[in-house]
Amino acid sequence: MSGPEPWSPERAAAIIAARTGDAGATLPILQALQETFGYIPDAAILMVADALNLTRAEVYGVVSFYHDFRRQPIGHHVLKLCRAEACQSMGAEALAAQVQAALQIGWGDTSADCAVTLEPVYCLGLCATAPALLLDDQPVGRLNGGRLAALLDELRAGS
Amino acid sequence: MTAIRLFVPRDAGALAVGAERVAQALHAGAARRGAPVEIVRTGSRGLYWLEPMIEVATDTERIAYGPVSADDVEPLLDAGMLSGAPHPLRLGRPEALPFLSRQTRLTFARCGIVDPLSPQDYGGHGGWRGLERAIAMAPADIVEAVVQSGLRGRGGAGFPTGVKWRTALQAPGAQKYIVCNADEGDSGTFADRMIMEGDPFVLIEGMTIAGIAVGATKGYVYIRSEYPQAIAVIRAAIDAARHAGYIGTRVTDSPHAFDLEVRVGAGAYVCGEETALLESIEGRRGQVRAKPPLPAHRGLFASPTVINNVLSLAAVPFILAEGAAAYAAHGFGKSRGTMPIQLAGNVKYGGLFEAGFGLSLGELVDDIGGGTASGRPVRAVQVGGPLGAYFPRRLFDTPFDYEAFAARDGLIGHGGIVVFDDTVDMARQARFAMEFCAIESCGKCTPCRIGSTRGAEVIDRIMRGEGDRAAHLALITDLCETLKFGSLCALGGFTPYPVMSAIRHFPEDFGMPQAVSSGTPR
Ligand SMILES: Cc1cc2nc3c(=O)[nH]c(=O)nc-3n(C[C@H](O)[C@H](O)[C@H](O)COP(=O)(O)O)c2cc1C
Ligand code: SF4
Repeated sequence: MSGPEPWSPERAAAIIAARTGDAGATLPILQALQETFGYIPDAAILMVADALNLTRAEVYGVVSFYHDFRRQPIGHHVLKLCRAEACQSMGAEALAAQVQAALQIGWGDTSADCAVTLEPVYCLGLCATAPALLLDDQPVGRLNGGRLAALLDELRAGS
Repeated sequence: MTAIRLFVPRDAGALAVGAERVAQALHAGAARRGAPVEIVRTGSRGLYWLEPMIEVATDTERIAYGPVSADDVEPLLDAGMLSGAPHPLRLGRPEALPFLSRQTRLTFARCGIVDPLSPQDYGGHGGWRGLERAIAMAPADIVEAVVQSGLRGRGGAGFPTGVKWRTALQAPGAQKYIVCNADEGDSGTFADRMIMEGDPFVLIEGMTIAGIAVGATKGYVYIRSEYPQAIAVIRAAIDAARHAGYIGTRVTDSPHAFDLEVRVGAGAYVCGEETALLESIEGRRGQVRAKPPLPAHRGLFASPTVINNVLSLAAVPFILAEGAAAYAAHGFGKSRGTMPIQLAGNVKYGGLFEAGFGLSLGELVDDIGGGTASGRPVRAVQVGGPLGAYFPRRLFDTPFDYEAFAARDGLIGHGGIVVFDDTVDMARQARFAMEFCAIESCGKCTPCRIGSTRGAEVIDRIMRGEGDRAAHLALITDLCETLKFGSLCALGGFTPYPVMSAIRHFPEDFGMPQAVSSGTPR
């Protein structure tokens, strides 16, 4: 991942304009905005509401409903650790504690060095190679404490 | 000299354990040796403990090796892997492996074998024949074939697919839709993901047949955002199918029009519920709609809509190509056909096992799954995702069938089985079920939105040994009754399954006397 772009109203306007004609465009637009900027700033909510003829409250309601949408900027990498049952059966809870301690952050937070944003996820469909995580869309399975530590070291060294 | 064909999965589960590095190493190693190879990126065969599992096409058959790491590639090439030579990682013909030879692969017949993005390869392995048949049939006859096959929805509720289609066919409407539910939120399930990544045309063909059957010209595939690989493959496959003329303004030169679009979820489990999913496609919060109206009458954008799970739709091409009777010939009781069962979690041989209904839970877990990955005793299995019940060993005689599981206060759901060893704390699992309900509630019903948080708190108190245990358990039981009867959908309505089954079958984890070890518990 090349990392998110800084917020730009012009860029946002182009992203929105490309999709306003689609049926049910709200989610695809918000997803495209987040993919570009890493999060959905207030200014974006206003622009989406204007473009789709919705109230600000309606768009805010959508953004707040879905776990994927973020209201804060992210780090260089996003690490989604699976916390669902299949991964639990293979020790995911210990990994969750380990990653939080190593990065000194909680769920949804970004490490102080901006290297990693940590998010919980409930199932990645990698249940037969558990425990698993998704690092910037790349799946990683058969995790254990050692592998997770090595991965975190790599991420922090790279940024 | 023609290139030797190698097959390396690009399935997310295989990528998660290093398949990409293996593909690169094979490419580099073969180039260094001057051996011309063609590396076909396939889906997974579904034997995940052997992933990355690679295959080489010899003159007569495909030979598998696995699990292969990037470091194994040089020794494998030195040993003569390109001609199928012996090596400790050599598995032989994949079809001869017991895990595969014991299966009945109807829906997954091509998964892991074909190039997922080649419509020609799909056709060469029996694909597109169902569509061809359907185009020559009257819509009502297509629907009738699906009714006769006995196919029931694989998304969880088990509703007869043909009956749903018939309702949509008969519903008046200028515009109708086919929606594929690819939200696959249940932990322990990955069959939708596997088929989308490994054989996407079977889903595209199934949806196109559905469109012709009910008179819908547009379809949406709603895929969860947690599946980036599946999203990319389906998008590319839709483009390829359109380019090859299988979908578009004239489906294989027939008068039928049908086109497809992918929509991506945004991390809400409840959007797997069909009406919440429709809300989500329309651009709103994923809140569950009251029924009626049924989606078949008034669904997406207020139009008649068929919404089916990936596996339901992917079963259709076989039914049309081979006939309803050929599908119905498999199965058990009122559960006809095959079920792609997913063995997951702490299991030795985890993966996809497609078989006719009726195998016992014990056969699946102990025999086919080989027990736990940790080597410790199996203590509990959760069947049917986060809303499914936990089963103890003494219920392992339960046959895998909708009715048999319901009779034991469980459900098969989307066919996922998550295995836990004896280190599991069932109070913790019950607490998680409540917590999950609280996190994922759409907010419409008070018991689901608020009662679940209260439930988690009470279980916390039980776990900490605070207060009156019996009173706490009575409260949980009450709360579960309220959830069961005061919920609009199964998120609130079925959360009692994991919670109450944990208490009933594993009371010792809640500080109560151990359950009796015989008989069918209530
Ligand atoms: C909370 C909740 C989550 C669900 N998640 C899914 C899902 O991820 N995939 C799915 O196919 N069905 C899911 N369902 C079931 C759908 O509501 C619906 O029954 C299904 O899409 C119908 O398709 P089928 O008849 O082919 O099974 C869910 C239901 C509920 C209540
Ligand atoms: S039970 Fe829960 S998820 Fe289902 S409709 Fe009610 S509040 Fe929404």
